[in-house]
Amino acid sequence: MSGTSSDAMEQSGRTRWVRYLVLALVAFVMLYPLLWLIGASFKSNQQIFTEVGFWPQNIDFKAYAKGWKTSTEYTFATYFLNSFLIAIPRIIVTVISCVLVAYAFARFEFWGKKFLFSVMVATMMLPLIVLRLPQYLVFRELGWLDSYLPMIVPSAFATDTFFIFMLVQFLRSIPRDMEEAAQIDGCNSLQLLWHIIVPMLKPAIISVIVFQFIWTMNDFMSPLIYLASVEKYPVSLALKMSIGATEEVEWANVIAISVVALIPSVAVFFAAQRHFIEGATSSGIKG
Amino acid sequence: MYDNKRLGFLYVMPFVLGVLLFKLFPFAMSFALSFTQYDLIDSPTFIGLDNYRELATEDPLFRKSLGVTLWFAALAVPLRVGFALLIAHVLNFKLRGINFFRAAFYLPSILGGSIAVAVLWRFIFSKTGLVNLMLAKLGMTPIAWLADEHYSMWTIVLLFTWQFGSAMVIFLAALQNVPISLYEAARCDGANRWQQFWRITVPLITPVIFFNMIMQMVHAFQEFNGPYMITEGGPLSSTYVLALYIYDQSFRFFNLGYGAALSWVLFALVGGLSLISFWSSRYWVFYAGEKEKSR
Repeated sequence: MSGTSSDAMEQSGRTRWVRYLVLALVAFVMLYPLLWLIGASFKSNQQIFTEVGFWPQNIDFKAYAKGWKTSTEYTFATYFLNSFLIAIPRIIVTVISCVLVAYAFARFEFWGKKFLFSVMVATMMLPLIVLRLPQYLVFRELGWLDSYLPMIVPSAFATDTFFIFMLVQFLRSIPRDMEEAAQIDGCNSLQLLWHIIVPMLKPAIISVIVFQFIWTMNDFMSPLIYLASVEKYPVSLALKMSIGATEEVEWANVIAISVVALIPSVAVFFAAQRHFIEGATSSGIKG
Repeated sequence: MYDNKRLGFLYVMPFVLGVLLFKLFPFAMSFALSFTQYDLIDSPTFIGLDNYRELATEDPLFRKSLGVTLWFAALAVPLRVGFALLIAHVLNFKLRGINFFRAAFYLPSILGGSIAVAVLWRFIFSKTGLVNLMLAKLGMTPIAWLADEHYSMWTIVLLFTWQFGSAMVIFLAALQNVPISLYEAARCDGANRWQQFWRITVPLITPVIFFNMIMQMVHAFQEFNGPYMITEGGPLSSTYVLALYIYDQSFRFFNLGYGAALSWVLFALVGGLSLISFWSSRYWVFYAGEKEKSR
């Protein structure tokens, strides 16, 4: 499938080079801020404000050490741990609930299926901000404020509908032969799900894990609303704190710690890059 | 087994509960709240349409915020989608290193929502930040990007556009499904590249353009991190988007009823624009055969 129309784009050497040039230029402009950020993290406060180039003249880890310590009584080790304490349980419950629901949508016939499917698509377009306030009141009523539950429990109910959609699209493209064979051999639906569906869904599940990890690391509004104690802050909130504390921002430290904050997401992105860009793509329109 | 209706319903159960508990119930609740005055201390009192009346007639900040939000969406959505299509088009040919470029263009859309990138942005556009350093090198006068109300909006629009990668990969997949025979036929008829793009590529992927426009519009109307972290809504409320106003009213001033009313205005706005788009799509979105409709 891939490359069908690219053959039509086979062309003379000159246009080819023009394309390369355009792409390289755009990529450079887009990535330069990130490159510069990395370079700046090794510079002194004074150099940051005077150097356009990203390559630091001398490597200096002082900003990292200072930024890591923070002006609070906790170090970023605590904040990273907190972020993972939110992300990991959330990913686990997301995968379980979304795979179950996607399995139902893609394979089973049941009453109200079409209606529920359109509800799912509709909720993808629902601006979440409308729900923030009442959700806050509900979690307050439940006594969940200042805990990680508001960020984890909803995901156990497949509320991240984008993932269901992605998994359904993926499942639909898989023929049912294997499942039929296994059924004849006497597998029940759960065995089928575990032994046949899940292994085939692996690339899509990896996409779910990567997306959910990065989105949870990026998530800022939920912890901002739900968490009150500094000791429970995730990285995103701690970063905001480091910039908001004083008028005089120690930019070198803030920049160094921003680089560190991006490392987990970037690492996960590159580790699973191939899989999950394809997963993201197939969620769109390939039906 | 797959026509065991109870089994299917059992598996879809988490979703049904999730929608009811965490989507539909809060949704209805926020609607109800929007007719009340509520400050978390005293119990809510019903005040009818007063919140809506107030925001429509007595709240200049709301009007400002609404304008800012619409202006932001009007700039940011076409820029992001347009860029995504353009780059996807350039990227769609036999190319060594396509994976590298695809990843490079995709990366910002993954990181762009993070606070770390917002911090970076704030720094780049600060008075003595990278952009002004570059301008100075070129002999131009520096611009107060974040302090001048004529430029502040552009910094967050740029951040939004920068994250065009997720829309781009969706375009790329669609472009790769355009049958090559169409281009060959067009070339035989003497169509140049420009004509091929506008007469073949664009009409064939209108469903995807439509999809991306809608999804990005929903995102744009909820943009929060950028304005909150980079410009803090200012200067002179020039980047005070509705999401920020809703947050302030609800979680800083604890005017929960008013916050709910504001969020329903935002919802009505997004819903209304989506409906208009769906209605207009009859005239410009082209679905090829049964494939798309078979769902």
